[in-house]
Amino acid sequence: MSKGTLFDKVWDLHAVSTLPSGQTQLFVGLHLVHEVTSPQAFAMLRERGLTVPFPQRTVATVDHIVPTEDQARPFADSLAEEMICHLERNCKEFGIRFYNLGSGKQGIVHVIAPEQGLTQPGMVVACGDSHTSTHGAFGAIAFGIGTSQVRDVLASQTLAIAKPKVRRVEVNGNLRPGVYAKDVVLHIIRKLGVKGGVGYAYEYAGTTFAAMSMEERMTVCNMSIEGGARCGYVNPDATTFEYLKGREFAPQGADWDAAIAWWQSLASDADAAYDDVVVFDAADIAPTVTWGITPGQGIAIDEPIPTLADLEAGDRAIAQEAYDYMQFAPGQAIVGTKVDVCFIGSCTNGRLSDLTEAAKVAQGRRVAEGVKAFVVPGSEAVKREAEAIGLDRIFAEAGFEWREAGCSMCLAMNPDKLQGNQVSASSSNRNFKGRQGSPSGRTLLMSPAMVAAAAIAGQVTDVRELINA
Amino acid sequence: MSQVNAVTGTGLPLRGDDIDTDRIIPARFLRCVTFDGLGEHVFADDRAPLGGEHPFDQAAYGGAKVLVVNRNFGCGSSREHAPQAIARWGIEVIVGESFAEIFFANCIAIGVPCLTGDHETVVALQEAIAANPTAAVTVDLEQLTVQCGDFRGQLTMKEGARQAFLTGQWDSCGQLVAGLPAVQAATARLPYMSWA
Repeated sequence: MSKGTLFDKVWDLHAVSTLPSGQTQLFVGLHLVHEVTSPQAFAMLRERGLTVPFPQRTVATVDHIVPTEDQARPFADSLAEEMICHLERNCKEFGIRFYNLGSGKQGIVHVIAPEQGLTQPGMVVACGDSHTSTHGAFGAIAFGIGTSQVRDVLASQTLAIAKPKVRRVEVNGNLRPGVYAKDVVLHIIRKLGVKGGVGYAYEYAGTTFAAMSMEERMTVCNMSIEGGARCGYVNPDATTFEYLKGREFAPQGADWDAAIAWWQSLASDADAAYDDVVVFDAADIAPTVTWGITPGQGIAIDEPIPTLADLEAGDRAIAQEAYDYMQFAPGQAIVGTKVDVCFIGSCTNGRLSDLTEAAKVAQGRRVAEGVKAFVVPGSEAVKREAEAIGLDRIFAEAGFEWREAGCSMCLAMNPDKLQGNQVSASSSNRNFKGRQGSPSGRTLLMSPAMVAAAAIAGQVTDVRELINA
Repeated sequence: MSQVNAVTGTGLPLRGDDIDTDRIIPARFLRCVTFDGLGEHVFADDRAPLGGEHPFDQAAYGGAKVLVVNRNFGCGSSREHAPQAIARWGIEVIVGESFAEIFFANCIAIGVPCLTGDHETVVALQEAIAANPTAAVTVDLEQLTVQCGDFRGQLTMKEGARQAFLTGQWDSCGQLVAGLPAVQAATARLPYMSWA
C-alpha cells in the first residue's frame, strides 16, 4: 500500500469519514461544472429538495456544445441552446459562478480553471468529465465523475470513492527535438495499455516531467484516463508556483507564502512507498501517432502498423477490429496516410504553447489542397493571448481557420464534425470509432505540431522534417 | 432505495474488448437535459449498419436483463448517459471481464451492479446465452455466482459496491448529505478554505 506520496497526504487531508460501504467520504475543494453532465444533477437536487452548501467551491462554464464559428444566441442548434439556458438558470438559482460566452473567461473547463488560478496544489478536484485528470498537473488529485456524483458534490461537497493504489510513472532524460508532451503520454499509454492504469492513480515523476512547463504537464495528466488510471499528478515545484503566482484565484500576500510552504509539504516524500513503479527513458520516445481505435494503439511515426504477430494475444481482437475500421493493412507505414481534416485544439492540446508549436510549423507554409484545417483555442483567454502575439495571422496566412474557444471536434457535440469516413489528424485525446462526429470517421491522434505538419503535407508526416528544414 | 441480492432474467452477450462510452451512446445524443429516451439510442452507431443483427436488436435477446461483456467495458468519457442508456433499454446487471472505473462508479450510483469473471467464465457464459437465449440467467450477489442453464460460474465484485447493493445503500447521496456537519469540521484542516 502506498505511503508518504502526495496522493496519500492529500487523500488523508480530505477524508471526512468512512461510509458503510467502506468507501471514503472525500471533500472536494474545487468542483467544476459544464452544460453536458450537470442538468440532470441539478434536476435531482430539486427533486430531492437539496441545496448547495458550498456554492463558492463550484465554478461553471460552457464548452462542449458551443459553436466555434457563429456564437450568436440563440444557437442554431436548439438542443444546444436549451442546454446553455439550463446551465445559466441552474447557476443563477444555486448561486454558482458561471463563465459564460463573451465573459473573457469562458473556455474548456480544464483550460480555464488552471488559467484563473482556481486549480491549486493539494486540492481534491472533481468534474463531470473524464479529463478532469488534467488538474493533477498542479499536484491536485482530480477525479472525473458521472452525473449522480455531480449531484452528490453539489449537495454535500463530497464524493463517495474508494482509494486507488499509486503507481509512480518515471520518465528521465531530455526529449528529442520534435518530441512533445503528447508523445510522452501516448508512449506511456502504448506501453502500459488502455486498462493498465485501472485501480491506480499515476504519479508522473523523473527529470522529464521536472523539466516540463505546466501546460506540458497538463497534457500528460489529461490523458491519464486514456491509460485507464483514475487520475494522474505531478508533484508541485517551482514551475507550479511560478505559474500560479498572481493569477486571479491564487492566494495573495501573506497567504501566498503560507501556501508555498503547505504545497511543498505535500510533495511525495523521498522515501515514499508506491504500489508499483515503472521507468521510461525519454530518449526512447519518438513523435507518436495512433493508427487504431484505442489511444493505446500508437506507434512511432517511423514504425510500421503492427501485424497481429507483433501483438500480445489479448490485443489481437481489438487490433483486427482497428484494421477493419481504419482501413489499414498490418505492416503498412503510417507516414504518407492522406488526411482530410486537421484539428488543433481540445483540453489536451488547446493551450497557448500548443498553438505556438503548431504555428512554428505552419509559418510561411500552406495547408495542402483539399485539406480542411482549423485551430480552436482552448479558452477565450488563450485566443486573446494568441492573437496578441500574432498566431491567428500565421495560421490564417497558412490557410488554417481560426475559431472561437470550445471542445469542438474532439467529441463533435457542436457543428464541427467529420463527414463519412474522412481521416482526421487530431491533437485531441480519443480515436474511438465515431468519436469525431461521423459513425465511420477515422481519427489519428498526434501532437499539435504533427497535426500542423500533416495539414501542410496533406498526409501524415514526421514533423522533424519540417522543423529541421 | 432498494436492496439487490440477485438479478434473474434472460441474457445478452455483447462481444468485444475496450468498448468505449462513445460507442455505447454517441455524443450527439448527449444534447439533452434529461436522461429520458436514451434507451432507444444505446449503441446507435454500432447498430445502424447491422440491419437488426446487432445483439441489442436481435429478437432473441429482446427483454434481456443481464448484459455480458468482455475486457475494459465502458472506457473513455465519464458520461453517465452510457449506463443510463443501457439501463433504460432494460439491462439490470452487467457481467464482464473488466470495467473502466468511472463507468463502474456510474453504474453503482444508478443501481446497476457490475460483476467480473475471468476470461474463460465470461466467454463460456456468452456462449451459453447465445446457445439458448431464452434460458434464465441468475446473477447472485450474495453467492457471487452466475447460473445459466447447466452453466455455473464464479464472479467477483468490489466488496464495497457489493455491500452497497446487499444493504440497499447504493445511492450514497443521503449518507453524504447526512455527513455535512463532519464535512464542515473537516474543512478546518484545509488552509485553502480561508484564502481569498
